[in-house]
Amino acid sequence: MSAAADPAPAKGSAWQASAGRALNLLRRHTTAALLVLLVCFVGGIEMIVPGTVTPTWISNIVLFAAPLGILAAGQTLVMLSGGIDLSVASVATASAYLMATHSSLGSVACVLWGLSVGLAVGLINGVGVAVLQVQPLVMTLGTGLMTQGTLIVYSQKMLANAPRVPSFIQSLGSGKVLGGIPIDLILWAPIALVVLIGLRRTGLGRLFYAVGDNREACQLSGVRVWQVLLTDYVLCGLLAAVAGLVIVGGTNAADMSLADVYLLPSVAAVIIGGTSIFGGRGGYAGSIVGALILTVLNSLLTLLDAPEPIRQILYGAIILILAAAYTRLTD
Amino acid sequence: MTATDQTQSPLDTGPRLGGLRRFMHHHPSLVTMPALLAISLAVTVAIHPEYDSFDAQSLAMGAMPLALAAAAQAVVLISGGIDLSVGSMIAVCNVLAAATMEHATFGESLLLAAAICVAGALLGAVNGLIVVFSRVPDVVVTLTTGFIWGGVALLILERPGGGAPEEFLQLGAGFLVTPWISGSLVLVAAAVAIIWIPVQRSRLGLLLYAVGSDKAAAFRSGVNVELTRFLAYVLGGLLSAVGGIGLVMTTGIGSPLAGVYYTLSGLAAAVLGGVSLTGGRGGIVGPVLAAYVLTLIPADLIFLNIDPNFGQVIQGSLIVLVVMGGGLVGLLQGRKR
Repeated sequence: MSAAADPAPAKGSAWQASAGRALNLLRRHTTAALLVLLVCFVGGIEMIVPGTVTPTWISNIVLFAAPLGILAAGQTLVMLSGGIDLSVASVATASAYLMATHSSLGSVACVLWGLSVGLAVGLINGVGVAVLQVQPLVMTLGTGLMTQGTLIVYSQKMLANAPRVPSFIQSLGSGKVLGGIPIDLILWAPIALVVLIGLRRTGLGRLFYAVGDNREACQLSGVRVWQVLLTDYVLCGLLAAVAGLVIVGGTNAADMSLADVYLLPSVAAVIIGGTSIFGGRGGYAGSIVGALILTVLNSLLTLLDAPEPIRQILYGAIILILAAAYTRLTD
Repeated sequence: MTATDQTQSPLDTGPRLGGLRRFMHHHPSLVTMPALLAISLAVTVAIHPEYDSFDAQSLAMGAMPLALAAAAQAVVLISGGIDLSVGSMIAVCNVLAAATMEHATFGESLLLAAAICVAGALLGAVNGLIVVFSRVPDVVVTLTTGFIWGGVALLILERPGGGAPEEFLQLGAGFLVTPWISGSLVLVAAAVAIIWIPVQRSRLGLLLYAVGSDKAAAFRSGVNVELTRFLAYVLGGLLSAVGGIGLVMTTGIGSPLAGVYYTLSGLAAAVLGGVSLTGGRGGIVGPVLAAYVLTLIPADLIFLNIDPNFGQVIQGSLIVLVVMGGGLVGLLQGRKR
């Protein structure tokens, strides 16, 4: 597909030809191109503020990227099947809050309470999208509002049960072991491996691509599309709940707008990572690099010490430029 | 609210049933939404018998920004796009108005309001340009520009503040003839009448629906698809600007964070009001009426002495139930065939 769209004219100068070849190479190895971009960003930071890029800095970047990476995993799965999940931020917040208010029950029980939010909202999303064929955007928007509202009501009813973040969640979200390996990487790495291998090697993984590519064709070839989509949204909900636990471990305070800031990056990381929002194309490897790029970008803006509004504008603008460049490159 | 009477009166005239059926078929939301609004108003009066003009006025004021957000979203949805930056555009126009009008006279404020409408249209134009030229999916573009406009709003006004001259505030907070017809109700009706109706009646209106229902077919019939989509976003920005100015009139100040709520609820009202997310179907009156229904719910909960925070739960559930119900109907109809 990419070879046919070769823009370099045969009669062009040598420079044009090599530029065309380079573009083609980038098209074929998009994840590698993203890695180059990531390295450029890191190099840029080192140039602007020399001495920033140290092993500690890198380990911090991974530490901050992990929750985003986990959220992006769920978002990738959903987008591959042609959907989108706008309830991930609310689910992550609710999961963190529910875990924190049940921390007195012990570590396993409180984590299960948190994950139950992801399961419940994921199920509702799944039933709506898979069985009743509601547009994923509206469905997840509605469940997001519902989750947020329910959480506010719950928080006011449970004033006695003040949220408290248990120490093991704190070390999950902010701790490091073995001289600098972030603990959340120990959680993120297996998740990433399962998603990466699962998407490539298992039947379910391929079905996500297939359903996203052509739902009718899947239906006609005997795939139970609704089961695939239901699984997809439940997985996304669960991953969002896990991410919520990591996020609250990092901030050590379960508040009502904890994960709101992660909604845009969770979508942006996947888009920058080359997964098509229309489904069927992309993969998790790109999303991982996308999450790292966004985290490095955030760190760069922090280093520049720009005021919050300027930061927000720059962050958004760079995401747009990256997404536009990527769309141009791959279309 | 006046639309209720117009659309309900044919209900009890037998001979016109055929015409009504056809009307319902083409504009389902113009029948269901006034009915839903009438029901929710009836419920409100039932649980709160001393419902008076003051309550009606606070409903109209509370619903005004949401009604305009829903209208803005509806225009973009009809053209086959989506705009997740509506709330942030409302916030930008809201703080712009509050920051510039604070020490202005009434006349100056009116001029400023016109200028802010232009600014809102410009914000929409930026959205439209990026969507058309970058080829990045509209959801991603407007989610991101929404983030950027949020930064712009914070840049203009760091924390809630500013203001506007009293006469200007009275345009929204005051009333016309009787206290039942509040200024904000008139403002919404005027915005729809001045901005939408001429568009809908013109060539552009037809093009919006054509592009929304099938881009490829519209393109092959010689429609400038990109220009039409761009103009839909401009109209969305313009309506959002009116919403932002209206928010100043009802709250008296500007708040950079006020907009967040209106993106989601505006989209909800648009969907509830019968606009199809796949484009090409629906109108603006349905979403505007849906905004009033969505605003009535928390008010009813207060009358019932229930925690008004349940309002958001019910709003979310209402959207989910409505769209799920729509899906269920489709599923059952599909099975019959």
